[in-house]
Amino acid sequence: MSKRIIIDPVTRIEGHAKISVYLDDAGNVTDAEFHVVEFRGFEKFCEGRSYSEMPGITPRICGICPVSHLLASAKAGDAIMAVKIPPAADKLRRLMNLGQIVQSHALSFFHLSAPDFLLGWDSPAEKRNVFGLIASNTDLARAGIRLRQFGQEVIEVLGGKKIHPAWAVPGGVRSALSQEGAARIRAWLPEAHATTRVALDLFKGVLSTHEREAQLYGNFPSLYMGLVAPDGTWEHHGGKLRFTDSSGSIIADQIDPADYRTVIGECVQESSYLKSPYYLPLGKDDGVYRVGPLARLNLCARMGVPLADEELKVFRTHGHGSVTSSFLYHYARLVEILASLEYIERALDDPDLFSTDLRADAGINSLRGVGASEAPRGTLFHDYTVDRDGKLQKVNLIVATGQNNLAMNRTVAQIARHFLKGTEITEPMLNRIEHGIRCYDPCLSCSTHAAGRMALHLRLVAPGGDVVGEAVRD
Amino acid sequence: MSTAVDVKTLIIDGMDVSARQDQTVLDVARENNIFIPTLCHLEGVADIGACRLCLVEVKGTPKLLSACTTKVYEGMEVTTDSERLRKYRRMTLELLFAERNHVCAVCVANGHCELQTLAYGQGMDHVRYDYCFPKWGMDLTHPFMGMDHNRCILCTRCVRVCWYIEGAGTKNTSGRGGGSMIITDLNQPWGDSETCTSCGKCLMSCPTGALFKKGSTAGESDRDRSMLEFIVNAREKKQWTV
Ligand code: SF4
Ligand code: SF4
Ligand code: FES
Repeated sequence: MSKRIIIDPVTRIEGHAKISVYLDDAGNVTDAEFHVVEFRGFEKFCEGRSYSEMPGITPRICGICPVSHLLASAKAGDAIMAVKIPPAADKLRRLMNLGQIVQSHALSFFHLSAPDFLLGWDSPAEKRNVFGLIASNTDLARAGIRLRQFGQEVIEVLGGKKIHPAWAVPGGVRSALSQEGAARIRAWLPEAHATTRVALDLFKGVLSTHEREAQLYGNFPSLYMGLVAPDGTWEHHGGKLRFTDSSGSIIADQIDPADYRTVIGECVQESSYLKSPYYLPLGKDDGVYRVGPLARLNLCARMGVPLADEELKVFRTHGHGSVTSSFLYHYARLVEILASLEYIERALDDPDLFSTDLRADAGINSLRGVGASEAPRGTLFHDYTVDRDGKLQKVNLIVATGQNNLAMNRTVAQIARHFLKGTEITEPMLNRIEHGIRCYDPCLSCSTHAAGRMALHLRLVAPGGDVVGEAVRD
Repeated sequence: MSTAVDVKTLIIDGMDVSARQDQTVLDVARENNIFIPTLCHLEGVADIGACRLCLVEVKGTPKLLSACTTKVYEGMEVTTDSERLRKYRRMTLELLFAERNHVCAVCVANGHCELQTLAYGQGMDHVRYDYCFPKWGMDLTHPFMGMDHNRCILCTRCVRVCWYIEGAGTKNTSGRGGGSMIITDLNQPWGDSETCTSCGKCLMSCPTGALFKKGSTAGESDRDRSMLEFIVNAREKKQWTV
C-alpha cells in the first residue's frame, strides 16, 4: 500500500496550501502533490454579471497581483467590444504592468525568499522572515521594501490606489499619467536601479554557494510558455504565445492568445481545486510547462533593453539551451525587475502618456473575448463569453500558479526524494520543500478561483493507515 | 394670498422655527440646516414614505413618524436625533443591506452611493442580520442603461421620476415585500420597452448602483442630479411656459 505524508500549510505563501508526498512500500518518494484547498469560485459567480464590471471584480481574486487581473480583464473587454484601444491607453496599461512586475518580484525576492537563502534554511522559523532580515541585513531589507514601494508608486500614480485600482476598463483606461506623477517615478528610478544591482550581485553570490539547491530545487526538463513580441523580444502585456523546450528550441510560436485552447489542455485533479494546464499536443505527462520569470527569460530572444540584456547573457550561462532549475526563478525575477526599470524609464519620455484620448467606446461586437497578459507569476488568461447584451455566460480564468502546478509537484517530489529519511518529517526538509514551492512564488488565493464542489472534504484526509506521517505548522 | 395664517411655528431639536403649513417636517428641517437621513425622498417628486430612514420623534405621539410625509402643525415638537432613532435607522440600513446583494467594493456606485454614505454616516460597521443572498439578475437589454436588481432598495425614485417628471410611465413595481421588483412596462426587458424615451432620468434619480450607464466599472457611477433639479425647478416655477 502506498503511504502518504502531508505537510500543511505552507507558510508565507498567500493563501493556504497542502502537500502530499507519496511513498512506495520501501519508503521511497514516488510522487508529490501540491493541493490548493482555498476555494473562491470567481468563475461561477461572475456569470450573469456585466463584462464591463469584470475589471472591478477580478482584481479581488488576488491582493498581490490585482493589476494583472485588471489588465487581462480589460483586455478581454476590448475583445468583446472588438475595438483597438487608443495607443496612449495601451502604453499606460503597459506602464502599470511594469510597476506591478517590480512590486511583486521585489516582494517575492526580498520579503519571502531572501530570508531563506540569506539567513539559512535552518535558521529558526521565527527569525527566517523579513523581520529577521531587517535585523541582520538592515540596509538590504530596507532597500528591498523601498523597491517594492517604487513599483506600488507606479501603480498608484496611474490608478490612484495601490491595490484594486479599477482603472483599466474595456476600451482603454480611465486616466492618464500626470506630469507630477511622472516626476515622482523619474526621481525614484536611480535608487530602484541601485537596489536591483545590489540584489543581482548578492544572488550571484548565493548561487555560487548554493549549487546543491540549484540542482535540487525543481531542476528538470520541461516546456516553457510566455508572450513574446513578433521578433521574439521579451513581452509582458502584448505579443503572442511561444512555447520552447528545455533544449531552447521553439516548438510553437506566435500563437494568438485567443486560440489558447489549441495549445493548452486543462486537467482537473480530483484532490485539488487547481486546474492543471499542459501543452495539449504533447499530452499531460510530456506537456508539462512552466510560466513566469524563468520561462519568459528562457523563451525570449532578448530583453530589448541594454542592462537587462547584459544580465540575460549571464543568466543563460546557468543552463544549456534553457535554464532548467526553478531555483533560478529568483535570478530571473531580478533580471525582469531590471528590464522593467529600463522600460519604465523609456516610457516616461513618451508624450502619449499624458494624452486625453484614452478610451474607445463600442457596444458588444463579439460574443467572446480573451485577454492575456504576463502577470509577474506567468501568463494570465481571461476568457469571457457574453450574450448580445454583454451579460457573462461563461468565464474561464487560467492563472499562472495553475500552469505551474505540475512543475511544482515535480519540484516537491524532487526535494523530498533527497531530504526524506524514512517517515520522519524534519524541519530542514519542511523548510526546503517550502522553498521549492516558493521559487514559483505561487499566489494561492489567485490560483484557486476555479469552480468546483467536491474537493472541500478531501482536505480532511482520513488518518487511517494511509497517513504515515503528518506535520502541521502555522 | 394671506401668508400670516399659513405660518406655523414649531420646535425642532429645541430650536424655534417657522414654516408654511403645507411644508413637511423634512422641508423645514432642511431649510434650517438640520440633517435628517433620507433615501426614498427626492426633490421634485411626491414623497411616499417608503424607506423609513427619515423617522423622527414627535412629542405626544408614541409612534415614530416619517419626516418626509408628515406635515407641520402649530406647536409641534420634533426630535430628529436620539438614541432610539439612531437604533432604528441603523436597523433599517442593515435590513436594506441584508435584503439584497451589496458588494460595495466592486459596485459601479462605490463612493457615490447614498445608501453607502448613510451607512457610513450612521456608523454601520457590520450587519447583524443574516444576509438573504437572493438570486436577482441584471437587465442589460437597453442600449446604454443597465439595471442590477441586486442593488435596488425599492425606493421607487426611478418610478416616480419616470411617471411624474418624464411622464413616460415606463418604470413600475411588481410583486410584494422582499420579492418586489422594479419592472419596465408590463415586466418586459428594458430594451423592448416601447414607452421608455431613453431620457436617463431614472439613472440620475437612483440613490444606489442599481441603475447605471452600461459599460461602467467600479466606482464610475458619479451621478449628476443637477439636470434633474433643473427640470424640476423649471417646471415648478413655470420657467418654460410662455
Ligand atoms: S448600491 Fe451602494 S450600498 Fe449597494 S453595493 Fe453599491 S455602493 Fe454598496
Ligand atoms: S432602481 Fe434605484 S431608484 Fe429605482 S427603486 Fe431601485 S434603488 Fe430606487
Ligand atoms: S425619506 Fe422619508 S421615508 Fe424615505
